[in-house]
Amino acid sequence: MAFAVFSTATAPSTDPVARRRSPVALFLLLPGILYLVLFFLTPLVSLLLTSFQTPREFGDIGQYDYAFRWQNYTEVITTYWPHIVRSFSYALAATFFALVISYPLAYFIGVKARKWPLLQSLMLVLVIAPFFISFLLRTLAWKQLFSDESFVVQSLKALSLLGPEAHVTGTAFSVIFGLTYNFIPFMTLPLYTTLERLDVRYLEAGNDLYASPFQVFRKVTIPLSMPGIVAGTLLTFIPAAGDYINASRDFLGGTGTQMMGNVIEANFLVLQNYPSAAALSIILMTVILVIVSIYVKRSGTEELL
Amino acid sequence: MKLSLGKWLLPVYSGLALLFLMIPIGYTFVYSFNDSLKSNITWRGFTFDKWLNVCNVQNGAVCQAFGNSLFIGAVATVVATTLGTMIAIAIVRYRFKFRSQTSLLLFLPMATPEVVLGAGLAAQFLSLGVPKDMLTIILAHTMFCISFVVVTVKARVASLDPALEEAGRDLYGSAWQVFARITFPLLLPGILAAALLSFALSFDDFIITNFNSGAVTTFPKYIYISAARGIPAEANVLASAVFILALVVVVTVQVSGAAKARRLAKLS
Repeated sequence: MAFAVFSTATAPSTDPVARRRSPVALFLLLPGILYLVLFFLTPLVSLLLTSFQTPREFGDIGQYDYAFRWQNYTEVITTYWPHIVRSFSYALAATFFALVISYPLAYFIGVKARKWPLLQSLMLVLVIAPFFISFLLRTLAWKQLFSDESFVVQSLKALSLLGPEAHVTGTAFSVIFGLTYNFIPFMTLPLYTTLERLDVRYLEAGNDLYASPFQVFRKVTIPLSMPGIVAGTLLTFIPAAGDYINASRDFLGGTGTQMMGNVIEANFLVLQNYPSAAALSIILMTVILVIVSIYVKRSGTEELL
Repeated sequence: MKLSLGKWLLPVYSGLALLFLMIPIGYTFVYSFNDSLKSNITWRGFTFDKWLNVCNVQNGAVCQAFGNSLFIGAVATVVATTLGTMIAIAIVRYRFKFRSQTSLLLFLPMATPEVVLGAGLAAQFLSLGVPKDMLTIILAHTMFCISFVVVTVKARVASLDPALEEAGRDLYGSAWQVFARITFPLLLPGILAAALLSFALSFDDFIITNFNSGAVTTFPKYIYISAARGIPAEANVLASAVFILALVVVVTVQVSGAAKARRLAKLS
């Protein structure tokens, strides 16, 4: 079921149907568009307004007035710059590892397994299987598997690969590991959909022209699978940068691994410091939109939707 | 020797990668049979007890949260699938002004991190003084499902042969009859796929829910809250049951799809 999204997200736009102009279009569009304006667009505006709010004079905690207090931004940047840097570097690392792990898998399913359709569909079901079980329980399972008393950690310590006082959970490693694990299906599916359409005759042509297997891969396979690489990296990077489950102290993170999402959650839901949470959200969204638009322009795949 | 190693490297790697994906699922499933006390961390022996008495723990708090998630998922799916399907038909079939702006509005929710979507809605509900409860969760879930429905159904509408509908009109079918008897049945597989996807997205959503749920507990939120003091094995039971059910649905769809393709191949 999830593949439909990814396959169309990477499909080239074909437009054979002559489109008509009719009042029916308005009837079909209006309810949904109005819904998105009310519950997606105006919330972003209200987030922007909140990010400039100032604490109410003599007010209680959590009471703010509309103002233009741009200092909210400089304050959150000076206070939380380590979290901002961490969010994007963890997301970048997780995206890189997910790509390296997923590409060979997607290549096998999409190209090598074409001869056996049953194997192909079975493998695809296994790729999306993690979607069927709670994201939080999966992450907690890794926490238990990496806990200090666990078999994995005990054996690593017995082999002296890990110091006696060392921990696995609560480190940058475990957070990036969790992010990578959780987003592998998001990377594999779009890669699969482009590789599945890859015409192997291009690869044979490369071989015939005396290119080494590595050259064929670099000059033919990679460029042809670019739409999948772009879609996969975006589908991994965006949610990973905003994630706060993996980095949360109750899951795979610790005090030194908190990301922007953790700070936004704490400020909004615990400290009731809405302006700081809103300013951080706006920063996160702006950075992501800038990165996405540059990335999509440079890789020449602007038709993502 | 070198050749055969190269030949086996990719299949073996793929098998191991899939095995790696299955590890936490297997762990969750195995620990649903753990004869655990409050928290489900150390293995204390095998039991079917948790599967047979899922709702007995904590006065049924797990089942209450699970039921909330099912209800929210169902309502959000129906609304999002209806609105999204209408938009998908309009985008493929009709010409209208502000086309690129509409596409952007549909793309942006998918490109926005969930924490921003959640905080934005929460900020709006806060400034309007709307109390957070079941309704605010449903409103939030419907919002992020719409775009995914549009993308899924759009592909199906685009692959629909307009000649079929034309034939219906030529045979004096009214606009409604053509839609109900031709267009809708042909779109149904796409609509069902979109509905399943919406339900899955809504059911497993935590981040947006956390910002807009107030005192209402959904299944993922229950797990998040309990994570600090330990999660009862009953949560593993429910998650494993959902997993098995979803797997059965997907495999059935795949197998029946393959059987249908074979029938069609035989006919032609």
